[in-house]
Amino acid sequence: MARLSEDNVRIALEIIGRYPRAKSATIPLLHLAQQQDGFVTNEAMAHIGELVGTTSAEVLGTATFYEMFKFEPVGKYLVNICGTMSCALLGAEALMHHAEHTLGIKAGSTTPDGLFTLEHAECQAACTEAPTLQVNYRYRFRVTNETFDQLIDDLRNGRLGDEIPAHGTVAKIRQRIPADRGVGAVAPEDVTEPPAWMPAPQAQGSTS
Amino acid sequence: MDAGTASAGEHVVTTSATTYSYTPGFYAGDRPRIVTSRFEYEDSHTIERFLATDGYVGLKAALAKPAPAVHEDVKAATVLGRGGAGFPAGTKWGLTPPGVFPRYLVVNGDESEPGTYKDRLLMERDPHQLIEGCLIACYAAGLSQCFLYIRGEMAVAQERVAQALNDAYAAGYIGKNILGTDFSLDIVLHWGAGAYVVGEETALIESLEGNRGMPRLKPPYFPAAIGLYGQPTIVNNVETLANLPWLMRHGVEAYTAIGTATSPGTRMMAVSGHVKRPGVFEVINGSTTFRDLIFGEEFAGGMRDGATLKAFVPGGGSAPWFVEDQLDLPLEGRAVGAAGSMVGSGAVMVMDDTTDIPAAALTLTAFYAHESCGKCAPCREGGTWLMRILERIVAGHGTSRDLDQLIQVGQTICPGNFPHASSERLGLTAVPFPYKMTTICFVGPSAYTPVHSALTLFRDEFEARLMKRTFIPVTAVSEPATADSTSLTAASMAGTVHS
Repeated sequence: MARLSEDNVRIALEIIGRYPRAKSATIPLLHLAQQQDGFVTNEAMAHIGELVGTTSAEVLGTATFYEMFKFEPVGKYLVNICGTMSCALLGAEALMHHAEHTLGIKAGSTTPDGLFTLEHAECQAACTEAPTLQVNYRYRFRVTNETFDQLIDDLRNGRLGDEIPAHGTVAKIRQRIPADRGVGAVAPEDVTEPPAWMPAPQAQGSTS
Repeated sequence: MDAGTASAGEHVVTTSATTYSYTPGFYAGDRPRIVTSRFEYEDSHTIERFLATDGYVGLKAALAKPAPAVHEDVKAATVLGRGGAGFPAGTKWGLTPPGVFPRYLVVNGDESEPGTYKDRLLMERDPHQLIEGCLIACYAAGLSQCFLYIRGEMAVAQERVAQALNDAYAAGYIGKNILGTDFSLDIVLHWGAGAYVVGEETALIESLEGNRGMPRLKPPYFPAAIGLYGQPTIVNNVETLANLPWLMRHGVEAYTAIGTATSPGTRMMAVSGHVKRPGVFEVINGSTTFRDLIFGEEFAGGMRDGATLKAFVPGGGSAPWFVEDQLDLPLEGRAVGAAGSMVGSGAVMVMDDTTDIPAAALTLTAFYAHESCGKCAPCREGGTWLMRILERIVAGHGTSRDLDQLIQVGQTICPGNFPHASSERLGLTAVPFPYKMTTICFVGPSAYTPVHSALTLFRDEFEARLMKRTFIPVTAVSEPATADSTSLTAASMAGTVHS
């Protein structure tokens, strides 16, 4: 519940090092903070500001633009039911009603046990598999009332722990650039020459 | 691991076309395949499978030529941008000002247009092909770093691409002195956090710089001139880049032999909604028609339950709607544009005669109203107005002024004649695409598009809504909906048709 841990600072510095400008790492670091605490804390935002060289207000400004960042605790499982056109055509509205009944909460709220948060979501890019939902950004396709109840039951009983991490973790695999292979980021002002593989007299003919 | 396996059993279909349970919704069919050629392998995302199936051969072919020659090839093949605007990639690369370095490549994998999904499959099923495409593009256009921006909600795509990047670095395909040449490149995986507008290229750049994803005013400066960190930047769609390895392996002639002269190659199309077999298909560009896509046995197979076609959205949620009069149009930018819509991002959403048109339009308008970034007043205010008025009409509280009000609000976002389809039934002639707009990007106009299309083609349904108050869901229920409010309960809606 706080600033980024020592391990996470190490990951953060690795991420920052990939960009010509540190501020570009803001969104990846916000994800890192959310992974650590389940939501983005004020302390983490201040810490990210220090790491990327901006103010905490700027970090907050960026963070609040994006739907995925939460600023107060949400359920361990964030259930996003898609309601955009293709899903709506195939029963998303009914599925949402069913979900509200099953979980006993309205969309936009969290169950008292802190396990589930139910949200209306927008197009999840799985339109042919309507209606769809995501639990912590893991898909479930062609969801029926029965498969929804089964899913909730599985999550409640911890049967999907391997596939679906707790809220905050999106991808379980991180990019790692090996030190001996990476080219390294260079600030744009430090580059004036064309890259090594481009033919040197590049002035005529190559642009249109 | 694979998000698809959970409900894989439901996707077995009994037709001649192949389907693979690990790529739900994808149907290969008996057609040329440029970008989906590895989808039949369960392990298509691994470097082993990739290398065993001509992986990185296109890169080697490209590196054997001088960079400008590769650029010329891409220009000659007229590889059209697949993100929506359909601008030729080779021409776009050529718009960078000469002598200004460094230049960057930003890969737009922030796919979130309603109805569209192809980039997600390409990233999940064949991440190395995308990486190879990025390498070829950077080599050809002299771009010194590549940022691969993946939509935040696509966890599996992010994992697959991260793994692929790690493997490709280890194998020497990315990084310093690739394959022993003096071509060196870093590809950085970057991911978003949920904002539709970031799919717009200047907003994508803002987001990549760590800011709120709000589009930049253009013209005068397009990203190719002043983009990421103020440097020349090429923004290309995932599918566009995925075409390049095949093009390098097989040559320009083989590429242009598929499709038509103005729209060569193939393109991915997702057909969803009230069809028998919703799916993603790699289709021949330029010549395949909407009738093929919706009714063809090898494609969506016609309307579900013997229903009839009411309307369809031809190119993602922001495209004006078509009706049966436009079924025989080919997937060709100019033809579709003249008919009043756009091919856009390759998504067809089909509505049958049970569809409640005002409610369907509301789902799209609500999407765009919600996704407005707030930079331009006509979109920020207008989108929400449109949504509120539509909500009122759909809920049965509309007044006789509301329909005119919708048009009025729409006119502040898109002044003048708004594009729409022709209709024999209504005696309408088409107004060609595009529209005029008072906003920087297309999000504002997109909020109005479904309203305008629905209102132009199905005004009677709106008028009926003003006269009579009924509660029906977006689509048909198995029993006739009743007019009393109890029909909104889950129990009565459980009969909603699911397939």
